Amino acid sequence: MANLFARTRLLESKIDEYLNHTSEVGLLFREAMKNFLDGRLDEFEERRGKVCDLENHADELRREVERQLYIETLIPESRGDVLGLLEQTDDVINHVKHALMQVSVENPDIPDELGESYLELADYGSRAVQELVMGVRAFFRNTAAVPDHAHKVAFWEKEADKVAERLKRRIFQLNIDLSHKIQLGDFVMHVDSIADQAEDVSERLSISTIKRSI
Amino acid sequence: MILLFLSSGLFLGWSLGANDAANIFGTAVATRMVRFKTAAITSGFFVIAGAVLAGGGATRTLGQLGSVNAMAGAFMVALAAALAVLWMTRAGLPVSVSQAIVGGIIGWNLFTGSPTSIDSLVKIVSTWVICPLLSAVFAAGLYVLARAVTQRSRMHLLAEDAMTRAALMAVGAFGAFSLGANNISNVMGVFVSAIPASSVHLFGFLHVSSDQQLFALGGIAIAIGIFTYSYRVMITVGKGLFRLTPVTALVVILSESLVLFLFASESLEAWLISRGLPSIPLVPVSSSQAVIGAVVGIALVKGGRNLDLRLFRRIAGGWVATPIIAASIAFFGLFFLQNVFDLPVHRPVVYELSDAGIERLRERGVDDEGLAELGGVAFKSARGLTGVLREKTSLGMIDRDVVVDCARRERFVVTRKRIDTLDLKLLTVGQIRALRDITGQEFNYWWELESTLTRESDQWAMLPDTRDNHPANKKLRSNLRQLLDAFRTVDTDD
Repeated sequence: MANLFARTRLLESKIDEYLNHTSEVGLLFREAMKNFLDGRLDEFEERRGKVCDLENHADELRREVERQLYIETLIPESRGDVLGLLEQTDDVINHVKHALMQVSVENPDIPDELGESYLELADYGSRAVQELVMGVRAFFRNTAAVPDHAHKVAFWEKEADKVAERLKRRIFQLNIDLSHKIQLGDFVMHVDSIADQAEDVSERLSISTIKRSI
Repeated sequence: MILLFLSSGLFLGWSLGANDAANIFGTAVATRMVRFKTAAITSGFFVIAGAVLAGGGATRTLGQLGSVNAMAGAFMVALAAALAVLWMTRAGLPVSVSQAIVGGIIGWNLFTGSPTSIDSLVKIVSTWVICPLLSAVFAAGLYVLARAVTQRSRMHLLAEDAMTRAALMAVGAFGAFSLGANNISNVMGVFVSAIPASSVHLFGFLHVSSDQQLFALGGIAIAIGIFTYSYRVMITVGKGLFRLTPVTALVVILSESLVLFLFASESLEAWLISRGLPSIPLVPVSSSQAVIGAVVGIALVKGGRNLDLRLFRRIAGGWVATPIIAASIAFFGLFFLQNVFDLPVHRPVVYELSDAGIERLRERGVDDEGLAELGGVAFKSARGLTGVLREKTSLGMIDRDVVVDCARRERFVVTRKRIDTLDLKLLTVGQIRALRDITGQEFNYWWELESTLTRESDQWAMLPDTRDNHPANKKLRSNLRQLLDAFRTVDTDD
């Protein structure tokens, strides 16, 4: 029995580390976007590389947690929900990685007047990820706090949507090539998808929390 | 031959293991919190331990309800109960072995014209209502407590899981012990009066009474039931009937185990009495009733949603139908055994009021002019005597039971050989000396033996009926019962 508790603590620390990575990826995303918009491309690439490393390590951690949960038949009733949550959270990291890769590959020419809005959009996405991570942590330790975090994720996602819409309208009012407009519009969608993905996970989190409430 | 007659009891034990024991670990196994093998080994071990170490309490109440005094009769009573249980299981209703065996005994009483102790019957039937209610109250309280604790402790889901597993194992073991202690009387209780077994000494120091030998056998039958057939029932109970989270499953098991323990623990009863608190009757209760009570309790605290009232009504209907079905099967089965196979399903007992008996009744405040007329008249059954008492006296129901008990004529022979089979450790030196002094004497009524012993030693005398004296008097009654069982003689004996 003591062995079970020791293994449980090890697994807890792995899940915590995984969530730390997710949170850090969210913060790095905002900082990387700031670097890009400021024209500091070296720092941007450095942060993007860090995101890739974290993503790889997070994948490893997630697989270890999944394997251990199955092999040791831990939390049988909540296992499906926990694994689903971890996998969907991993999608958030993937979205960040993908968005940064798009920026790196396309290196879009962002008009100065739009820079602040892009940063605002990235900031809301990053906040949504932070709230999501707190929500997932609460799911494990304090389910009563989950709805509060889920509510905040939804709030930041809505704010991000408002900025994204405003940004797209402004892009298509600019006197630039259509191809450039489409590229900038796509870029808005990539950045906005972080908050959307965070909200999707948050919705699943709310359902899992109801199932968990004894 | 004994084993052949015992087979129906063992069959009943097997079905109890397959069904009632499934209630204990059902939710834990179905939610994969505990492996089936672990659950089966744990519950099997603790059921046997509970049966042998603490199985006496509830048996005595069944014994008071009716003493099935012939092996073929006991066989039919247990078979009727097992068949009623099987029938109910096939109907998909949670099994209640307790109701079935009580029904079977009443069927035997009706067939043989033996008296059914109204007092014991009321005691047993009332617990069928109290048991689920008490379990519901426990579960509701424990649920609120568990919810508060889990919310405040902010324990990690994984740590909570590990703790719940450990608690499920511990509470499950306690539940299995309580089930063994409480329900063994359902399986072997009817054989206690019917099977002539004597105490043995294992390894020279370990005294195993005749009851304990029977209980160990019944416990093994229950354990086999758990190993061979309980998995399916466990899955049904844990997943089909109710969808519970591991923590609520733990609350259900804990409530059920507490209720079973309350209705089986002799030491708890003594503790309550010694502190002037109302005691709980030691009656075999149903683990199915306790489980359902606990789940309903939790459902009500949660606001009553998801509570399937239709299913609940069906289950409650099954609880009413089970004793009736068992009584009917026992009645007709006994008729069949007696008339087709020519087997004695009961030892005929003659009821005859002696002058000393009438005097004894008068001393105890049971007095009626009509009683004198009945002195020396022999009745072939308790029913016959009760009928005449109803006609010729103005005695109430309880007093009529007292008269019938006093008129029960049996032969008791005190021999040295039989004294040696007794569990003498339970007796005081004075009590043993009194017993040795009356060696060789014969008695026609149980109360004659009792009053002779009282004359020989005041240590056999009942103390004034006060709350403080209750445990001592209870022990004395238990010892007297041991003597009567050992000294009772039928013509074929000796």
